[in-house]
Amino acid sequence: MDGNFVKPERLTPLQADLLNDFQRDFPLCPRPYEKIAEQLGVDEAVVLAHFQQLAEHKYISRIGAVVAPHKAGWSTLAALSVPEDELEEIAEMINACPGVNHNYERSHEFNLWFVVTGVDQRTVETNLDEIEAATGYDVLNLPLVEAYQLDLGFPIKWN
Amino acid sequence: MNNIGPKSQAIAFDDLDRAIVAATQSGLPLVKEPYEAVAHIVGIPASEVMERMQRMLADGIIRRVGVVPNHYALGYKANGMSVWNVPEDQIAELGRRIGALDFVTHCYRRPRHLPEWPYNLFAMVHGKTREEVFEKVQQISDLLDDADQGHEVLFSTKILKKTGLRIRVT
Repeated sequence: MDGNFVKPERLTPLQADLLNDFQRDFPLCPRPYEKIAEQLGVDEAVVLAHFQQLAEHKYISRIGAVVAPHKAGWSTLAALSVPEDELEEIAEMINACPGVNHNYERSHEFNLWFVVTGVDQRTVETNLDEIEAATGYDVLNLPLVEAYQLDLGFPIKWN
Repeated sequence: MNNIGPKSQAIAFDDLDRAIVAATQSGLPLVKEPYEAVAHIVGIPASEVMERMQRMLADGIIRRVGVVPNHYALGYKANGMSVWNVPEDQIAELGRRIGALDFVTHCYRRPRHLPEWPYNLFAMVHGKTREEVFEKVQQISDLLDDADQGHEVLFSTKILKKTGLRIRVT
């Protein structure tokens, strides 16, 4: 069913370590890649080159900060139930609205799921109103009430 | 594990913090001194960028700084959003237990919208195949036991937009 899984032999052991061991606690020091290199017993240039390759293959989206929800802004998960033949068109309308990201089609009567972000709750709700006006469909608004998981990374299993 | 809901107290967060978050969220550059590059964008010394990031980590504004893998490219093609109807008086305890499972990347309480939406607990489950996701969802159901008062798994069938948070290769 899935022939595209990355074969472990396509990644060097160093790349696997870089992917798995630095999802949190990326060094906050002037030369972070040098510090990682010291931990792994290689040169800084090697670490940078391998991260470059991982980025070029899109195996990593980025190296950066993951922000906690609702601390530095506001967001909500929203869904729409739209006819299949209008889906692409409606999705484009939604994507053109401010603050929209992560728009997915999902297998459900509510078949369009997206995140709407803004600097505060009011801005997000204004954006939702705009989406309802643009599409003519009611938005299911499911803002976060409580988070039970710290998103401290996700172990990639090779086999 | 702490509760990290939105009802937390106001935390000091100024425009410089916001600028640093914006600059680092989209990816640190792959250069020897990446915080220098951020400092250059934000207009403060690199030492202050690092100090502020350290403080935002301590305050919980930043959850982690690190590598964000692209699960899809790495073979985790089945992205299942499992949604659960769980009694409100047990949800915090159960949410924490589900959030602690290593195959759950996000676990959130969200409001029900009756009658069309009875689910109040969301757990994102990643797997290489749908079968693998269903197997993990069954593990969650077993853990919930009688508190599982109905659930569904919504698979993504098409990516219609994914914000281009791409690492800058320089």
